Amino acid sequence: MNIIDRRPNPKGKSLTNRQRFIDRARGEVREALADALKRRKLGDGASGEKVSIPTKGIQEPVLRPASRGGKRDYVVPGNKKFIVGDRIERPQGGGGSGRGNASPDDGGEQDAFEFMLSKEEFLDLFFEDLELPDLVKTRLRESEASQLSRAGYSVSGTPSTLNVVRTMRNSLARRISLHRPRPEEIEAIELQKQTALDADDAEGAAQADLDLEAAQRRARRVAYIDPVDVRYNRYERVPKPNTQAVMFCLMDVSGSMTEAMKDLAKRFFLLLHVFLERRYKKVNVVFIRHTSNAQEVDEETFFHSRETGGTIVSTALEEMLKVARERYSPDTWNIYAAQASDGDNYTEDSDRCSQLLGVEILPMTQYFAYIEVGAEATLRHGFPSPATDLWRTYAQVAQQHTNFAMRRVADPTQIFPVFHELFAKHRAEG
Amino acid sequence: MIPLNSVAGDADLLFQGPEWDFDKLRRVYDAISDIALNEMGLDVYPNQIEVITSEQMLDAYASIGLPLMYRHWSFGKRFAREEMLYRRGLQGLAYEIVINSSPCISYIMEENAMPMQTLVIAHAAFGHNHFFKNNYLFRQWTDATGILDYLAFARDYVSRCEEQYGVEAVEHVLDAAHALMSHGVHRYARRPKLNLEEERRREEERRRFFEENYDDIWRTAELPGRNIAADVEALEKERGDIRRRLGLPEENLLYFLEKQAPKLKPWQRELLRITRHISQYFYPQKQTRMMNEGCATFCHYEIVQRLHEKGLISDGALLEILHSHTSVIFQPEYDDQRYNGINPYALGFAMMRDIKRMCTEPTAEDREWFPEIAGNGDPYGTLRHAWANYRDESFVLQYLSPKLIRDFRLFKVFDDADVDAMMVDAIHDERGYREIRRALARHYDLARHDPDIQIRDVDLAGDRCLVLSHAVHNGVELDEGSTQSVLEHLTTLWGYGIRLEEQDATTESVIKTHEAAAAPT
Repeated sequence: MNIIDRRPNPKGKSLTNRQRFIDRARGEVREALADALKRRKLGDGASGEKVSIPTKGIQEPVLRPASRGGKRDYVVPGNKKFIVGDRIERPQGGGGSGRGNASPDDGGEQDAFEFMLSKEEFLDLFFEDLELPDLVKTRLRESEASQLSRAGYSVSGTPSTLNVVRTMRNSLARRISLHRPRPEEIEAIELQKQTALDADDAEGAAQADLDLEAAQRRARRVAYIDPVDVRYNRYERVPKPNTQAVMFCLMDVSGSMTEAMKDLAKRFFLLLHVFLERRYKKVNVVFIRHTSNAQEVDEETFFHSRETGGTIVSTALEEMLKVARERYSPDTWNIYAAQASDGDNYTEDSDRCSQLLGVEILPMTQYFAYIEVGAEATLRHGFPSPATDLWRTYAQVAQQHTNFAMRRVADPTQIFPVFHELFAKHRAEG
Repeated sequence: MIPLNSVAGDADLLFQGPEWDFDKLRRVYDAISDIALNEMGLDVYPNQIEVITSEQMLDAYASIGLPLMYRHWSFGKRFAREEMLYRRGLQGLAYEIVINSSPCISYIMEENAMPMQTLVIAHAAFGHNHFFKNNYLFRQWTDATGILDYLAFARDYVSRCEEQYGVEAVEHVLDAAHALMSHGVHRYARRPKLNLEEERRREEERRRFFEENYDDIWRTAELPGRNIAADVEALEKERGDIRRRLGLPEENLLYFLEKQAPKLKPWQRELLRITRHISQYFYPQKQTRMMNEGCATFCHYEIVQRLHEKGLISDGALLEILHSHTSVIFQPEYDDQRYNGINPYALGFAMMRDIKRMCTEPTAEDREWFPEIAGNGDPYGTLRHAWANYRDESFVLQYLSPKLIRDFRLFKVFDDADVDAMMVDAIHDERGYREIRRALARHYDLARHDPDIQIRDVDLAGDRCLVLSHAVHNGVELDEGSTQSVLEHLTTLWGYGIRLEEQDATTESVIKTHEAAAAPT
């Protein structure tokens, strides 16, 4: 007999197969991912994603009998009331009592195939859409510090990780099954002995003595807690980034912003968030929307509710400053901001904006990105669209500050270059 | 109540506490081996026990339990699914995987505690191992000593093909071959080749036919005047000849394609051969699943009880083992949410325990039903005989006792699609025992499970269409959707059109026809 320790063997033998499977189902996975992305919240960050794809294309058909029709018979266990000649309603959907079959897996075809994409696979597919250059991808995957996180139970560990509930549950089950006498039972026998003694019933007392001894012997033999009962909490090392950041999302929600424009903005925000998530231990997101005045809202409202009114951008910048002063001191937080707008602004407001940005906001933020969405209509004429008010204002700011970037985005494929610029600058600096 | 070991016996214990190490494994193995070989009379291949991690276990799952496997996306699909189920806690991992090879490889997981390892060694390294070595199907159809080498060859061959012809081309062939895998086995020993004597007689017959039908006038006659009847007959004759030469009818579709498909390249044929061999290797396992698991479960149960009786394992360990044991052999009733067919572990284990009971403590009923084994006093010998010479179907037919039918409260339901309701036509009573036993045995008959499909004819003179027929029993036809997809795969291998006729098995009338045209090249 040989015992071989195969644990040091390379793991991930199935990774190639898994990759081939994802390649094969790429179309479907991408589609499912696009769906999932719509539902996905910014706060979900870059965790893995559960995707459910139609089985078409990844089917493994075999010749098999139809699940209905013809004459069949089933043998099933657990008869309670049937006698010969009873009629039973046919269960709907092919399942239930009808399937007394030796192979359970020949039931209906699965309609959808569900599996988890790992974080890396998710990012690969996600960035693939945006044609992320390899350079940035490697940067995203840089190693991080690790920390312990709970991962089930184990039979060994240090006393400090003892899981009392699990241990006691096992102990209780074992004590019951081995008939360990409970303290009350022993007390009862003692009482019995006492009553026998009181009543001068020598025989009864002797019997009680025997019982008592038997019970005590049993109690001694069956430990209250046996080493096999003991369970410990198990911990695993999980990689974690190491600092904290806050990301301000600013968006113009006045009537001129269409759903498509908001979707573009959302994609950009999401991308930035994924990036920050990878570099910082904790990423808070603050959503500020504005029309002619600004307010901090939750994500749902931010992306989906509509407002009417004029557009005064400075209100949003002020709101951001207010929130930052209240909750996110630049000493302890890395501050990032992304602003999305269609470029409309109340003309008199421009000076105020550049003032706010140049003097107060940019000095305390790591980075401020401005994207102007939905410039297609003007591009159609064949020459660059005339710059909007806000664009002209910001262009001046951009000349003076390196941590400010601005770009126009008309469709999803253009989002990445903007994003890339943000990375490129950081690489140059650090 | 379980008798407790005396406290003084602790010194004899093979292990204490949950921790395992290689020494303990070895001690336990030796103790189990002593019981298995000397008391139960098991006969096993040499054992090899390999310790793996849970991730490696997931890997092993995905490649259908084999230690080596060629690469294919479908294994990745399985892996993705298993992994998700496992990570989300919907499904635990198997405690072991055992491979029918010599030496017999059993995987055990490092996460398991020592009592569990004991159970696994008894279950896999002795129970399954004995079954693999002794059951007639495995002896006849699988080559335990060669399988690992063959798999290594297969893996290397496939990856060489991928390098040479591209992953996609290889995948294409494997996809199609996988679709036909369940019809890539020889169910019976091969028909002997025609011998010289027969060959000569055939030749003789052909010449006589030619002479008898020779008439010089045909040389000059115009076509319309020909004797059509004779023509048809000759044509039929010729087609019969072709059929015979091609070895038709043939139910091993992969074998036929490998040998006869006109357009396949040699490497493609080799790929078909590989999938066919793997399918053949698993064929006995499909036919003996219930017995195999029953045998292993019975063995671990008996062995563990004996270990405990001999004072070699502690009460705690026994309880932990029994806890796993009972959840494995749990059989939910038909109206239970968890019901998913008859649990092969439960039925197999119960039947084998029942045989042991009949051998040692028979009732009057057992003496009437099983005169040949009741009270023979040799339970292990009787079981060894059963393990060696039966498969699930025949085992149920032979050994399912009325007592067990009552214990399981089995009943039989007849379902005719033409009638509104299903009908209970046998229950666990005097009149029903035989009927239930017959019906249950039929469920384990693979020949009834996999559709009965044969390649019947090839239209070599015409469009080379391959004609398959499906014998329809009791009006159960093929599943429409999946059949069409399989036929499409089949056309990629055959290269020309395919026609599948569903014929009623009794009347031979064609009920339905599925067709697939050749894929444009």
